[in-house]
Amino acid sequence: MSPVAAACEHRGVRTTPRPPFERGGDGAIVAGVASGLARHLGIDTLKVRLAFAALTISGGAGILLYGAFWLAVPRRIGDETTAVTDRVQLPAIGALVVGGLLLAHEIGIFGIDLGLWPVLVVAAGLGLVWRQADEASRARWLGAVTDHRSQRLRIFGGASLLVAGLVGFLASNNELQAARDSLVAIVVVVAGLALMLAPWGWQLVQDLGAERRERIRSQERAELAAHLHDSVLQTLALIQRRADAPGEVQRLARSQERALRAWLYARRDEMDPTRTLAGAVEAAAADVETDHGMPVEVVTVGDCPMDERLEAVVRAAREAMVNAAKFADVDHVDVFMEVDEGDVTVFVRDTGVGFDLGSVPGDRRGIADSVVGRMTRHGGSAIVRSAPGEGTEVELRLTRVAS
Amino acid sequence: MTGPRVVIVDDHQMFRAGVRVELGDAVEVVGDAADVESAVTLIRSTVPDVVLLDVHMPGGGGKAVIEAVAATHPEVKFLALSVSDAAEDVISVIRAGARGYVTKTISGDELAHAIRRVADGDAVFSPRLAGFVLDAFAGAAGAPVVDPELDLLTNREREVLRLIARGYTYKELARRLEISVKTVETHVSAVLRKLQLSSRHELTRWATDRRLI
Repeated sequence: MSPVAAACEHRGVRTTPRPPFERGGDGAIVAGVASGLARHLGIDTLKVRLAFAALTISGGAGILLYGAFWLAVPRRIGDETTAVTDRVQLPAIGALVVGGLLLAHEIGIFGIDLGLWPVLVVAAGLGLVWRQADEASRARWLGAVTDHRSQRLRIFGGASLLVAGLVGFLASNNELQAARDSLVAIVVVVAGLALMLAPWGWQLVQDLGAERRERIRSQERAELAAHLHDSVLQTLALIQRRADAPGEVQRLARSQERALRAWLYARRDEMDPTRTLAGAVEAAAADVETDHGMPVEVVTVGDCPMDERLEAVVRAAREAMVNAAKFADVDHVDVFMEVDEGDVTVFVRDTGVGFDLGSVPGDRRGIADSVVGRMTRHGGSAIVRSAPGEGTEVELRLTRVAS
Repeated sequence: MTGPRVVIVDDHQMFRAGVRVELGDAVEVVGDAADVESAVTLIRSTVPDVVLLDVHMPGGGGKAVIEAVAATHPEVKFLALSVSDAAEDVISVIRAGARGYVTKTISGDELAHAIRRVADGDAVFSPRLAGFVLDAFAGAAGAPVVDPELDLLTNREREVLRLIARGYTYKELARRLEISVKTVETHVSAVLRKLQLSSRHELTRWATDRRLI
């Protein structure tokens, strides 16, 4: 999405009376709970974060609340940008919480007397693992390719922190010895269960994958079927009805071919074809084909984004194509467009009857006015080459403005 | 008159029949095939002058046919015929060794003419192929030039390709540039050779990122 569009959307969200409470979105650091809550309540994100920190220090409610929101509040789907200031806040608030907890521990208020450090380490580990799970689910929604290596690294890091924290917790309470005995028993049971369930679990994973592939495939098939139905079948039906009018049949077949081609070869991740010069020239040619039943063969080399001056080039080219379709008495028109660093050039050529440039008949004023006039007004040039019986070629040239 | 001996390879039966009818007596169609394997067998047993080859086919496409046949019968010439607009497919068939590319909307007379030219050893560039080639070499502009003889088009060659892309026939082109048709053919063959032999990797990859200047 372009920055402009993102900004528009951003503003749109802000102007709604009270946005829904959703996590994530702009300014999310950990899970986007604080920024989401701030957006929902219409207050500054920093204040919400400080409130969470204060609640955490005074007995741990803040971190529990944060976790609860993380689980319960849906994630906002859309693009996310996090400003640098937001990221800088993370260590600051973290330091504040740790410092506050240490202080509380030191002076012994709130009666916290668990080993403090293990608790913090466990919290950090959990945060890391949850966040990873959260991102994995988002990546699945977005169909994005995830970086498995960093994903595993983070899960591993989080799990290590978790284990270290728990061990520390037990050690600080002098229960490590007792825990170890029961832990061994638990590990043995879990391992046994895992062995027993492994084939079934593996099968489940396989089935899930197969099912998902099948679903994607059938979705694609449905999309294709819908498209064929809307366009190709309709055209074929029309062609059968108009079988007695060869010209009409050819026109229908051409325009359908063009539409199908555009659909098949369009790159969905690419720039909108209506916003580039090549796309605009193709579209103009398609219009002329439809309006005048004249096949127009378009060849393009290079491309560039459309602007106002190029709009004039496209209109001039269109005019030249229409002229060729109307007067040249040929079976097709050739259009060639080339963009290089300096110039944009378009050639519209037919091998038809041609005309004497010295005595342009009144009904062919189009060339002089629309084509040449339009090009000169926009700082370009147009050259018309023609002679009776020799065909006609219109050359349009525009020097590109350095952008 | 017996023209060149031709094999038609296309996976659409309707299209093969249509081409046979359209070509009529202009050439001698010695057989047709619907997939890569049977095409290779047929071509090896009949050894035609020209193979009309569909770019897209089950079993590896036209490229696979060219590569298999070239190993045993390098004298057989290929003319690619396609409805495909995908530049990378067309360029890869040409790079495999086809001597030209025309679209399936071509008329029967024009097709017969193109076949005769390929049989005579010329290269057949349709306007669209000329556009693809110009794009390919311009798109490779960022890649290092290893061998200037192969990796760059001369100004004259670019001029010739531009005129072809503008719809000029070789004859019209020759008159326009005031050179002989033979010279035009030489230029086009040179471009074909460069396209097939240049190793600038962008030549095949270029089409994946459309060129915005």
